[in-house]
Amino acid sequence: MSHWIILPVVLPAMLAPIIGFMMRHDIVLARVTSVAGSVLLLGISLVLMSMAMDGTTHIYRLGDWPAPFGIVLVLDRLSALMVLLTSVLAFMVLLHAMATGWDDRGKHFHALFQFQLMGICGAFLTGDIFNLFVFFEILLIASYGLMIHSGGRDRMRAGLQYVVMNLAGSTLFLFALGTLYASTGTLNIADLAANIPEIPADEAGLVRVAAMLLMIVFAVKAALFPVQFWLPATYANAPAPVAALFAIMTKVGAYAILRVHTVVFGPGVAGTEGMIDAWLFPAALVTIALGAFGVLGAKRLMSLISFSVIGSMGTLLIAVAVFSPVATTAALYYMVHSTFAAACLFLIADLVVSRRRGDSLTPTFATVQNGLFAAIFFAAAIAMAGMPPLSGFLGKLLVLDALRDPGVIGWAWTAILVGSLLTIVGFARAGSALFWKSTSIDAPVAEAPGPNDSATVAQVAPVMLTLAALVALAVFAGPVASYLEQTSAQLFDRSGYISAVLAPVEES
Amino acid sequence: MELLVASAIGAMTAGGVYLLLRLRTFPVILGLALLSYAVNVFIFSSGRLAIDMSPILSKYGDASYTDPLPQALVLTAIVISFGMTAVLVMVSLGAFLEADTDSIDIDPSETDKDATK
Repeated sequence: MSHWIILPVVLPAMLAPIIGFMMRHDIVLARVTSVAGSVLLLGISLVLMSMAMDGTTHIYRLGDWPAPFGIVLVLDRLSALMVLLTSVLAFMVLLHAMATGWDDRGKHFHALFQFQLMGICGAFLTGDIFNLFVFFEILLIASYGLMIHSGGRDRMRAGLQYVVMNLAGSTLFLFALGTLYASTGTLNIADLAANIPEIPADEAGLVRVAAMLLMIVFAVKAALFPVQFWLPATYANAPAPVAALFAIMTKVGAYAILRVHTVVFGPGVAGTEGMIDAWLFPAALVTIALGAFGVLGAKRLMSLISFSVIGSMGTLLIAVAVFSPVATTAALYYMVHSTFAAACLFLIADLVVSRRRGDSLTPTFATVQNGLFAAIFFAAAIAMAGMPPLSGFLGKLLVLDALRDPGVIGWAWTAILVGSLLTIVGFARAGSALFWKSTSIDAPVAEAPGPNDSATVAQVAPVMLTLAALVALAVFAGPVASYLEQTSAQLFDRSGYISAVLAPVEES
Repeated sequence: MELLVASAIGAMTAGGVYLLLRLRTFPVILGLALLSYAVNVFIFSSGRLAIDMSPILSKYGDASYTDPLPQALVLTAIVISFGMTAVLVMVSLGAFLEADTDSIDIDPSETDKDATK
């Protein structure tokens, strides 16, 4: 039993209170500690990745209690991938937040940031569904603080909506867990996966209710229609680095659907056979449409990007909804890509918006470095819309290729292709209003952009890093895809997961 | 007793959902509090309702005991929902003081005005 597995949870959990209590008046010290923690987390997740690479499912028993009785953390290829994705994204976002000074505009940014990382990493690693709830609450309560960081009227009101929405979601999660426990007597994911297939279909009513309730809870997190409405207001009003970090939060929902609804209520389980995909697929279709129309109709840059995030979640979940290894591989590739694409868009939007008056999509005079910002925005928009040569194109291609089944091809291909077209039009409109038309407007002398406004290297570097991640994802698409193929094969190997987690403890 | 507990959960959930759908902050907070009471009782009862039984196995081989796990779960849930309600109260107070209104909805005309500002 290797202690590396608990480190992504313990390290931020120790750092956050230290930063919060001992360094709250010293922003430099807090920054140094936070970056050091983030780099360490990156190192830890690389070690975890190398551990998971060989395909074994590693178990960490908390308190050394054997699996169905104690809580276990499970490290397999999927968890390792998600933890690595989180730590890479967190590092980039942290650099941006410090370079632009966002972290100094309110209190406790770094402490909340570390708590957020603790919750996210924990949610990816846990093998117990009640523990998943607890980590969800940790990441949510940190995200409430980050969402209203630096305050302001609109941000506080949007934050209130976000808190209410997620509290209702948490209550629903508890109802689902109660139902699940009442009908199966266990909350360990592997134990559930072992027990639920043995419940005959006509006695599985309660299990079906629990599966559907969990589906709704995860759909709230993943911003799936009809519970996606909290996302645009939240992301558009959150501080931009926080919105970029939240790009991984929607993926937590998608990960939970993948984990729970593949391993526990997966294909071949008599009680819930066909129920989840029957709902998930049309919901994902509508989500793509909503995202595309939202991008087309948005009046503000931040809400435009938020709607493009909704569209990408639709594309991701439409591949998840098929519940086949091939489609899951495509979904995982698209998940990694869309995390970086959304983060890149939010970060570049922050650089642009902070140099303009407001983020409305109306031409005003050009900002400094108009050409540089326009080029980065162009590249990020290409990635998000799914045009070659960046990884968005490959991701969408993989998703389309996985959805060639005659039953789904018509709806899925139409939704993804038309949705992509509308997204391209929306981004083109926004880009031309922001960067192109603004060059023909002369700035009033008093407000003319001065050289002091120009972005420093430190401010542009995190955006460039996200772009570099997208390029790397496209260049190394082959090795990445083969890793993801093994990942989804491992995910669908339910008996392997069950026997690894429930294996008897060897005496030592 | 099953009927009593079930109808209590049902009544609290119904009241909670009704209050949650109101447009002002205060009823919404009360609604979420009611909902969390309902779910706590619900989790508690998911280990079957039993009277006069201890949550540990008797060493005399007496098989009558009540499931301890839901009691542990409900403790966690109570702590979390209490903390969350406190956060919610603080956030809604902050929003009220910033915006001078305790309406949950954001008026679309307001945000449009801000966007063109």
